[in-house]
Amino acid sequence: MNSREMIKIENLNKSFGSLHVLKDIDLSVYESEVVCLVGSSGSGKSTLLRCLNFLEKKDGGSIFIRGEEISPDTHNINDVRQTVGMVFQHFNLFPHKTVLENIIEAPIIVKKIPKSEAVDEARELLQKVGLEDKADVYPSKLSGGQKQRVAIARSLAMKPDIMLFDEPTSALDPELVGEVLTTMKELADEGMTMVVVTHEMGFAREVADSIVFMNDGKILEKNCPEEFFDNPKEERTKEFLKTTALK
Amino acid sequence: MPSFSHFFQTFISSKGLFLDATLLTLKLTIVSILIGIIFGLFFALLKISRIKILEYISNAYVFLVRGTPLIVQIFILYFGFSGIFLIPDFWAAALALAFHNGAYIAEIFRGTIQSVDKGQMEAGRSLGMTRGTAMRRIILPQAFRRALPPLGNQFIIGLKDSSLAAFISMNELFNVATTLGSNHFDEMTYLLIVAIYYLVLVALLTMIVSMLEKKLAISDR
Repeated sequence: MNSREMIKIENLNKSFGSLHVLKDIDLSVYESEVVCLVGSSGSGKSTLLRCLNFLEKKDGGSIFIRGEEISPDTHNINDVRQTVGMVFQHFNLFPHKTVLENIIEAPIIVKKIPKSEAVDEARELLQKVGLEDKADVYPSKLSGGQKQRVAIARSLAMKPDIMLFDEPTSALDPELVGEVLTTMKELADEGMTMVVVTHEMGFAREVADSIVFMNDGKILEKNCPEEFFDNPKEERTKEFLKTTALK
Repeated sequence: MPSFSHFFQTFISSKGLFLDATLLTLKLTIVSILIGIIFGLFFALLKISRIKILEYISNAYVFLVRGTPLIVQIFILYFGFSGIFLIPDFWAAALALAFHNGAYIAEIFRGTIQSVDKGQMEAGRSLGMTRGTAMRRIILPQAFRRALPPLGNQFIIGLKDSSLAAFISMNELFNVATTLGSNHFDEMTYLLIVAIYYLVLVALLTMIVSMLEKKLAISDR
């Protein structure tokens, strides 16, 4: 694995009012690494992910993207976001635009890429996620799995260096989870740096390079999948794995 | 009550005057609603700006308009401001109506903008759009669609409210009806005639709005 540090988090803290959600988080993500954030609901995984895309404002600590410390005061966050893609639990496709228009919107409006070029790239991306025949369809006509694959293609259209996934399969019917995970696995195989908040332990075991277990706003354990699942260090991790195994 | 044949004859013989008045009423309504939409959008954006002073300004505007009768607003603009600067009757009426409609339209837009899922703004921002770009490209098109039914309603209210411009002697529908009625000592006939004109106009507007709604509804979830 390449050792270039893509994301480095130091001493990150975040509170919502009196609720301390992230407590002294330290974490590094390297180029082409796939990191899965796991943990029970309310453990702070999604908030951590959202801080990485500055959708939540951190209260303390530092976030480095490719070695550069990023702060909303000194950086244009919109430029940073172009290199960090985000996929949401509820897809958040633009319902008033067709699949193709969803994908070309940001490249044209934000990156000022000529429309013909953006359309060609969008069609390639649609082919990649297996939805080339849905280009002119509105999102309302798609299944949840198809919506999420379009959302992934929409993010990829900005050619990000890092992709963040916030529970990408949690809103899907069980039989639609597989197609989205397959797309994500292909992306991982191509060498995309990914941070994935997920409850899919099978995916985490198979695809992740490292698994980060969060509990009560802290990182309790970070390990490779084999160690994490077969030989967990912390008592709390064992408990958590027991509850997920029952599902 | 007038007899039917008398009513019918009067309807035919007065149609020239009434059609002119219809045009003026329509012009007044359309101009005032269009300007009202601009006012409304502007004040709705102030209201959701999260900047306290701008929110206060917007709230004050809505409070003033909703808290005073339209006829008072028209008279203030007509008598009050005509002393300070020359304002043609049409524009006094159109601006007063626009100012009035704007407050209600601001509330319509504020509601529909806030009804768009906040994930839409986050998706736009996560793709590198500024707040303003995401608002313009992603949020407002969806908010406009949702605003169409209440806007259509406001359009109808605006059309009927334009009758108050009669009181600053605009020759719109209502003024023509009362003038002809008193000239011919036949108020009831002309009032019934003008009611029909209003009904037809409202029916046409309703049709146009529902056509627009259907056309724009394709992508709704």
